[in-house]
Amino acid sequence: MGISIELEVNGASVSEEVEPRLLLAHLLREELGLTGTKIGCDTSQCGSCTILLDGQAVKSCTVLAVQADGSEITTIEGLANGEYHPMQQAFWDNHGLQCGFCTPGMIISCVDLLSTNPQPSEDEIRHGLEGNLCRCTGYHNIVRAVQTAAETMNG
Amino acid sequence: MFPSKFDYHRPSSVQEAVQILSDNPDAKVLAGGHSLIPVMKLRLATPSALIDIGRIDALKGISRANGSLRIGACVTYNEIANSGVVQDAAPLLAEAAGQIGDRQVRYRGTIGGNLSHADPASDLPAAALALGATLHVSGPNGSRSVSASEFFVDLMMTSLQADEILTEVEISAASAGTGSAYVKFEHPASGYALCGAAAVVTRGAGGSCTGASLCFNGVSATAVSANGVAASLVGSDLSDGAVESAVSNLSIPDAAGDMFASAGYRQELAKAIGAQALRTARDRA
Amino acid sequence: MAGESNGAAGFGSSIRRREDPELITGRAKYTDDLKLAGMVYCTILRSDYAHAGINSIDTSEAEALDGVLGVYTAKDIEASGVPGGVPVGWLLPGLKTPEHFMLAKDTTRYVGDGVAIVVAEDQYTAHDALELIYVDYDPRDGIADPKKATADGAPLVHDDAPNNIAFDWEIGDKESTDAAFANAAHVASLDIVNNRLIPNAMEPRAALADYNDITGELVLYMTTQNPHIHRLLMSLASLGLPEHKIRVIAPEVGGGFGSKIHHYADEAIAAWASMQVGRPVKWTATRTETYITDAHGRDHVTHGEMAIDADGRFIGLRVDTYAAMGAYLSTFAPAVPTYLYGTLMSGEYDLPAIYCHVYGVFTHTVPVDAYRGAGRPEATFIVERLVDEAARVTGIDPVEIRRRNFVAPDNFPYQTQVALAYDSGNYEGALDKALEAIGYDDFRTEQAAAREQGKYLGLGLSTYIEACGLAPSAVVGSLGAQAGQWESAVVRVHATGKVTVYSGCSGHGQGHETTFAQIVASALGVPYDDIDVVEGDTGSMPHGWGTYGSRSAATGGSAIASAAEKVVDKARTIAAHLLEAAEEDIEFEDGNFFVKGSPDQSQSLPDVALQAYLAHNLPKGIEPALEATSFYDPANFVYPFGTHIAIVEVCSQTGNVTLQRYLAVDDVGNVINPMIVDGQVHGGIAQGIGQSLYETAVYDDGANLLSGTMLDYAVPKAHFMPSFETDRTVTPCPHNPLGVKGVGEAGSIASPAAVVNAVVDALSPFGVTHIDMPVTSEKVWNAMK
Ligand SMILES: Cc1cc2nc3c(=O)[nH]c(=O)nc-3n(C[C@H](O)[C@H](O)[C@H](O)COP(=O)(O)OP(=O)(O)OC[C@H]3O[C@@H](n4cnc5c(N)ncnc54)[C@H](O)[C@@H]3O)c2cc1C
Ligand code: FES
Ligand code: FES
Repeated sequence: MGISIELEVNGASVSEEVEPRLLLAHLLREELGLTGTKIGCDTSQCGSCTILLDGQAVKSCTVLAVQADGSEITTIEGLANGEYHPMQQAFWDNHGLQCGFCTPGMIISCVDLLSTNPQPSEDEIRHGLEGNLCRCTGYHNIVRAVQTAAETMNG
Repeated sequence: MFPSKFDYHRPSSVQEAVQILSDNPDAKVLAGGHSLIPVMKLRLATPSALIDIGRIDALKGISRANGSLRIGACVTYNEIANSGVVQDAAPLLAEAAGQIGDRQVRYRGTIGGNLSHADPASDLPAAALALGATLHVSGPNGSRSVSASEFFVDLMMTSLQADEILTEVEISAASAGTGSAYVKFEHPASGYALCGAAAVVTRGAGGSCTGASLCFNGVSATAVSANGVAASLVGSDLSDGAVESAVSNLSIPDAAGDMFASAGYRQELAKAIGAQALRTARDRA
Repeated sequence: MAGESNGAAGFGSSIRRREDPELITGRAKYTDDLKLAGMVYCTILRSDYAHAGINSIDTSEAEALDGVLGVYTAKDIEASGVPGGVPVGWLLPGLKTPEHFMLAKDTTRYVGDGVAIVVAEDQYTAHDALELIYVDYDPRDGIADPKKATADGAPLVHDDAPNNIAFDWEIGDKESTDAAFANAAHVASLDIVNNRLIPNAMEPRAALADYNDITGELVLYMTTQNPHIHRLLMSLASLGLPEHKIRVIAPEVGGGFGSKIHHYADEAIAAWASMQVGRPVKWTATRTETYITDAHGRDHVTHGEMAIDADGRFIGLRVDTYAAMGAYLSTFAPAVPTYLYGTLMSGEYDLPAIYCHVYGVFTHTVPVDAYRGAGRPEATFIVERLVDEAARVTGIDPVEIRRRNFVAPDNFPYQTQVALAYDSGNYEGALDKALEAIGYDDFRTEQAAAREQGKYLGLGLSTYIEACGLAPSAVVGSLGAQAGQWESAVVRVHATGKVTVYSGCSGHGQGHETTFAQIVASALGVPYDDIDVVEGDTGSMPHGWGTYGSRSAATGGSAIASAAEKVVDKARTIAAHLLEAAEEDIEFEDGNFFVKGSPDQSQSLPDVALQAYLAHNLPKGIEPALEATSFYDPANFVYPFGTHIAIVEVCSQTGNVTLQRYLAVDDVGNVINPMIVDGQVHGGIAQGIGQSLYETAVYDDGANLLSGTMLDYAVPKAHFMPSFETDRTVTPCPHNPLGVKGVGEAGSIASPAAVVNAVVDALSPFGVTHIDMPVTSEKVWNAMK
């Protein structure tokens, strides 16, 4: 049974016929070719798959594509707008990534974090990243990246 | 990782949802999906159909009238944690909702899903118990109400019938002199509660305790009320000493352990965290 | 938005990584991101039993499912005539090497052992079909504890390995060590478990195999740290395809930490499946699947003792270890608890007598192999715990006892009693710097005051040594390696003076494209932006051994430096010819050749390169073009070292441990890119903190994996970590051209001991002398009772 859904992904309208069980992460990666969104686990822990759904950070591996019908989605590919988003820039400047696998989800989560809390303390940043795992960086430079981005965005 | 096949329904009213549910015995209600989709991905659940109630407007409101707070089943944790109305009328619920999972989970998970799923380590059941919440339920034969204390029956089991839907949670708004706190000790991997304590205390004119409740999740098969602790606090001055002595006899029946934390340790955590929750609630009263 | 211009980013500069623009925009392609025309998907059915006979497998329902192209079992692989093996690449005397086939033939030996393969048109169907394969198992007893597995009567993993013993290995001198203990004034003794870990690189393993049955060529994209090793083993042991017909490509790789070194059955299965269906086949592990297939780390049961004389000097060390191998010998598994472990037992100390005995033990568990640090964290842990215990039994301060026993700075090279010869070091230098930064004396005052108030603080030291960049090849070979440990590099200067560097290393997050370009920028005087670095494709570079064991800078970087030197030598000959001067009169500076004393008359490297390619006017006997290849075989290991200090607070009510501070002073020799080096240290520390406080793979008595998902196994989160304080001292490596050591594993080697020493220090008022990892709140709470 295919179900028609329509969404806006990174500003472009998309219509797809999908199986109800298709996960949003798979819609993005397999059907729309947006492989920047990663899949790092199968128990909704790692946050590699985080995207913005109607402006909120969600784990796209834990949302059915049909649930996203009618929504606006921003993936890592849609974040830069001619120039890097300040969060992308800050990750680069602060060495906030190593292997880069957690990075797309991490950056999206951090963007969401600052959108609700523009000047977080270090503790708030660390707690704000509960839903994203990084095995490479020990989070040290990710925290610095968020601090830098907060300064840029508030400045 | 990959759920098995199912049919998908997206009703636009509670009645319609109830109808589809009673027509499809193997169907499941889909709310925020943050418990259901993970178990479906691991194929631990294989419902024949999902009934997505996420777009039923009637399930999405927060309102306060006549001293009671009503929250629709599909209101998310994020909405609860950040709602001025909830923070004012049931700060305990807002505090507990704000500690669930992570920010991504809080945007999706719903109060109705959390209570209906009745995971022993979930955060909201203890809060609902401590607040004496009333749960409104709709089924093929109409609506009924259940108190939180009757709702949680056993491990992942509630008094909801297979064809019923939880529609609304009702809580009496906090009165003056009442303070509350939710304290959680997390499992380092899952982030769920190894032990979570929800405390509510009310102080009378002279500062002595006129009412108390202390409820836990994470320790046994369902969220539980520590009635004895609450009873021994009423009439006390709520001093640290009084709190300490009230929790010292705490023993949660049928405490359960697992490879990460034994039953005995969870009992001890309950004492430590219960006392902390009570002290904080007192300071806020 | 593209790259940036970095004129003079040479050796020593903290230039931002050139890898990052693709990664932060989501453009980089990892294996699972790739799609080929006609691609289909493969899944693998895995045993739910730790140990079971396979009576029969019924695949008919799965085969009948719409979209399924094939379902295969071990019989099909055997029938196809390929060797089908998954070999071990490190041999020890007397090592038992039971057959390891790509799928279980008649017995499964761990939860996760492959049993059948599905190939289907899409991933969902490939997973659906797994549920339609019916295996009739005959369950048997399993065992997971490496010490108990050696008991008589324990269930056997392989019939031809009595008492489950894979090898019985020793190093050092038993007699002199026993004599030291007989003369000791004090003995410190500990029984410890070094907990089993699951690597958890964030990118699950994956392979995309494309076999062309017309040409007989296989292109295999895979999550690998060492494409050439994989090609070699695929060819020799698994598929039987000629080596030159296999091309292994590492696209972007999302972390490895050892788990992507090893040659597993799964990637070979994807390749074999492509050979069967004649289409490209992709296999991607789910996270839960990685938990039961990625080689685990550690898993030791150890008794260790230190003999100390009346002056607090260490006179002997004795260690006895049962090290789990898991159900089969993974690629480098036998080396890990032996030559990467026993050889590190001297730590930073002048220890006159050492004896270490190790049993490698088969258990009904996922195979165990190198995981970040590989053997060295285990060695450091037992040594540094024993040092603290020695401090306790002698009543000497942990700092003082270390000072008394360090190898002195003028005592290098230092020959240990366990084979290694340390190249250079200044152990007290790093210790002093760390103590000053942490404020050691003030801390002790604060600690005492806090105890008065029922607050328990603890400080733990770990003064560690690391041996990395295994070498030279002949020595490593004599110890059993079935691999060389040199590294290759090609430095190709194009006609326009732009440079492409090919390295046999294969980075997966370490930033090689940046640091290797920095090395070449300095060596050739060419702008950093004019240099590209290429890795990870057996089709485009000479054989190399990959990236693991903190070897890339010391071995791969040195290979690049020596290839660059050859380029300069050749260019100098050409420049001399062009400048009509004698070669020995030519100076090379900042990318220009000139005659000594007259720098205004010069030939730049690009000038020379153009002439080298035109070949119109070359000196006699000089071949055209300008490039050089180097195969660099180091003279020795490199030996980074340092001091790590953890400060913890223990909650007396819940037992919860909070890390208040974590400070590291590392000495990794010369530093190519300080920012990247710090990042490596951070990541290593976090993994060590994970091991010490959170992570553990738990098997029950029947060898069922209880911590089988990310919900149960705690990969550390951001709020578990303090902000790290890092600093360094610099003691260059004397035997490689760059003076660099290695940094990839230092953090994970040093930190478990620092953290546990801190917890034990905090708990000393309760009479606690040891606590096993991970130090969970419940364990602490029990210890305080
Ligand atoms: C990474 C992660 C971390 C988490 N951490 C926590 C945590 O710390 N604390 C915590 O409490 N929870 C946690 N959760 C669970 C989360 O809170 C879930 O959202 C919640 O348990 C279920 O709510 P839901 O709206 O997502 O329901 P769903 O997943 O949609 O449904 C759950 C179950 O309830 C039924 N159901 C849902 N709504 C109704 C209704 N209105 N009437 C009748 N039946 C209904 C469904 O049929 C299903 O059986 C976590 C989840 C994830 C993925
Ligand atoms: S892939 Fe979505 S949380 Fe891990
Ligand atoms: S950068 Fe590798 S997992 Fe975060």
